Amino acid sequence: MSARTVLSSDDIDRAVTRIAHEILEANTALQKSGAKNLVLLGIPTRGVLLAERIAKVIARAEPDVKPEDLLGRLDITMYRDDLASNPTRPVTQTLIPSQGIDDKVVVLVDDVLFSGRTIRAALDALNDFGRPRAVKLAVLVDRGHRELPIRADFVGKNLPTSREERINVQLNETDDQNAVVIE
Amino acid sequence: MSKQILLKNAQLASGEVTDILVAGDRIVEVATAITAPSETEVLDCTGLVALPGFVDLHTHLREPGFEQSETVLTGTQAAAMGGYTAVHAMANTMPVADTAGVVEQIAGLGIEAGYADVYPIGAVTVGLEGKQMAELGAMANSKAKVRVFSDDGKCVHDPVLMRRALEYVKAFGGVIAQHAQDPRLTEGAQMNEGKVSAELGLTGWPSVAEESIIARDVLLAEHVDSRVHICHLSTRGSVEIVKWAKARGIRVTAEVTPHHLILDDELVRSYDAVYKVNPPLRTQDDVLALREALIDGTIDIIGTDHAPHPIEAKDCEWNAAAFGMLGLETAASIAQLVLIESGKSDWNRLVEVLATKPAQIAGDAENGQPIAVGSIANITVIDPKANRTVVAESASRSINNPYVGMQLPGRVIHTIYRGYQTVKNGELASRGRGRND
Amino acid sequence: MTKHLLSAGDLSREQAIEILDIAEGMSNVNDREIKKLPTLRGKTVVNLFFEDSTRTRISFEVAEKRLSADVINFSAKGSSVSKGESLKDTAQTLEAIGADAVVIRHSASGAANVLAHSNWIQGSIINAGDGTHEHPTQALLDAFTMRKRIHGAQSPGKALDGVKVAIVGDILHSRVARSNQLLLSTLGAEVHFVAPPTLLPQNASGFKAALHYNLDEMLATEKPDVVMMLRLQAERMNASYFPTEREYARIWGFNAGRLGALKDSAIVMHPGPMNRGLEIDAVTADSPRSTVLEQVTNGVSIRMAVLYSLLSGERSADV
Ligand SMILES: [Zn+2]
Repeated sequence: MSARTVLSSDDIDRAVTRIAHEILEANTALQKSGAKNLVLLGIPTRGVLLAERIAKVIARAEPDVKPEDLLGRLDITMYRDDLASNPTRPVTQTLIPSQGIDDKVVVLVDDVLFSGRTIRAALDALNDFGRPRAVKLAVLVDRGHRELPIRADFVGKNLPTSREERINVQLNETDDQNAVVIE
Repeated sequence: MSKQILLKNAQLASGEVTDILVAGDRIVEVATAITAPSETEVLDCTGLVALPGFVDLHTHLREPGFEQSETVLTGTQAAAMGGYTAVHAMANTMPVADTAGVVEQIAGLGIEAGYADVYPIGAVTVGLEGKQMAELGAMANSKAKVRVFSDDGKCVHDPVLMRRALEYVKAFGGVIAQHAQDPRLTEGAQMNEGKVSAELGLTGWPSVAEESIIARDVLLAEHVDSRVHICHLSTRGSVEIVKWAKARGIRVTAEVTPHHLILDDELVRSYDAVYKVNPPLRTQDDVLALREALIDGTIDIIGTDHAPHPIEAKDCEWNAAAFGMLGLETAASIAQLVLIESGKSDWNRLVEVLATKPAQIAGDAENGQPIAVGSIANITVIDPKANRTVVAESASRSINNPYVGMQLPGRVIHTIYRGYQTVKNGELASRGRGRND
Repeated sequence: MTKHLLSAGDLSREQAIEILDIAEGMSNVNDREIKKLPTLRGKTVVNLFFEDSTRTRISFEVAEKRLSADVINFSAKGSSVSKGESLKDTAQTLEAIGADAVVIRHSASGAANVLAHSNWIQGSIINAGDGTHEHPTQALLDAFTMRKRIHGAQSPGKALDGVKVAIVGDILHSRVARSNQLLLSTLGAEVHFVAPPTLLPQNASGFKAALHYNLDEMLATEKPDVVMMLRLQAERMNASYFPTEREYARIWGFNAGRLGALKDSAIVMHPGPMNRGLEIDAVTADSPRSTVLEQVTNGVSIRMAVLYSLLSGERSADV
């Protein structure tokens, strides 16, 4: 099947920057302070990398914020509802920033939003770590076909796709280029 | 009265091809191109081998007492299917065959069934308990005319008792068949002690537990100048001791089971209790030693140790399972595999180990007779070219058959027992000899 | 992953490391306030114990509950070897109940294999100790404990290459020793067995371990990284395997003197429960070198990892 690049490296950078600023704006509206009480939780694997990139942009905009104070990762493997039908996934570590998540605004970060089941699992997982003031969702790509009433608050790009197509997000931390490709 | 049977173009153990005419319970003519008299059943035996009917010196018929496993009827039916015309029934029934009454009962059941001669083996000690000698003389003098005595399943381990038994049976030409197993060395034992038992964590059954008893008993037999028969040799060491004893002139005879000739302890890795047997399956090296000994005559006979058990005795964890496996219907094939297919021996030897010698050891002149004019008509006809996959279905009442799924050579086509055809074209006769029901 | 865990030898190096890595994730769960995951919600796990072992049963039970499985404890004490068909009957009962996994402890070697290869039951079988054969989850938790002590936070992805492990005591009757030599050698460790000759198998050529009779000599020449002391069962005491407990403790027991002979980084393990003063003295048992309590803690993480691995994912061939 032929592959088609839908987001270039520059497109991705711009999307990340925009998402970062939108998060700051929304948080200011909510908490009257850009990065205060903000936690970014990446969902492995590429959600973690995107969360790191977003945190860097936020740190540039808010000089008194260090990226590591905002950042965490949330492994959702054990919360999935498709246990028996998919290959065993290695469990990775969950890391919550030292400030915890109680009464914080938590932004879940993932690369692609599709059925919504991953986010459903993430919300369950979050429940076991504390009680955030609000939970938001940031994704690089929303490709539609939701199976649950879940919607992203911050979207890099909406990409109408057919169910059979595969969206492949490549980030140079783990892949050899930055691109979003449809196959 | 059975009608006449004519076997056409049968090959004898010698290789000679001939016709054999059976009338009544005798062989009346052996010649080429016999013309069938009227009222004669003609069996075309072209390409088939006709041998004296087989004799099993080591069968567990389980009756009386364990009829859920086997009866004299089903056991002798399985024997007939395996080409046997005589079986010796081990004494570990319930009640134990340790009195004239019980052995006569078993002999009577054999006659009633009519599928093979049934010779009860008498217990050496009362209740097989190894404490007090049973009434060997009364059993010998009974209608069952017992000559072979054994506590099989248990070892006559008291050396004084064994000595006395060996001496006592000389009075009536009997023989003690010893199940050689030192009880202390095999407490809780589950399988051959060696590499595999170490890995499986099953309590080991050392070779020395068998060999030490055999060594003791051949020396006792020498000392009191009696005969001893060693049941189911299973180790290389046992073979060496028997070889030494025979060279010394000691009157010892030795037996091997079919399963010890082809199965080894690697099979236990499955924890499938169908492979649990006493003595245990040993190593491949032991298997090879036993085969050689059978070929060179150190081992005299094949005894099946046919040991039926109900499903629940095998369908469980290894430790809880019973010892023993079926053997009557597969023994001839295994003998053929080891002696003929190997290219190392011949049909004459097969006849010795399955018919002539076991009858001789038991002092039974009516079985193991040659295929010759005047002999009692006990004849087994085998298709040596057949190649069969062993199935679980059996004439036996039990299914603890370790060979299911295995390819074995040869098939019993006809069995003639005292002139009566118990097996015809591989099918069991619907009733036994002398029965009209 | 395989369907059953019957023997530590069933696991490839990759599978073993994967279980250890998953257990790392599970150990994080065990450190947090809400120690529960929804992973096995709706799955029924039966703990089928034909032999008393409160410790192992509790460890499995905690693991199962932390993964939200429905747990049924079936204690069939006294109905093992004496009644032949009870294993089959029990298994068929559990099948009728609808067990997704059965954790079995039995006094007969091979009982877990028999259960797995019968057609009595369809679920996954986890061997929690069968006679004197194997105890694979114990070997996994031991390997996990070693790896954590040696590699600390760097543990994930690592094996035990080059680690020297001495296992001391009643090797003959030890399922812990049997499972450990299989798993540890798979993970690249070097295993040494030390025991009186009466407590070694007559033919140990199938073991992936070097054999020694003399503990002090082995400690001096091999300088092990790990010493694992095995529990001496009471029923061995009066069966002429050795003259007296005092002599056994002196020659094969671990004590402060032998602790001093170890290299600084070496650890001392014991599967518990300990016979203090027999195979291990109090100084050793309570020293910082001892991992006895870590082993208990790690046991829960390992059992969670095993349950998760067996009950999730595409199943490869039945082992
Ligand atoms: Zn026997």
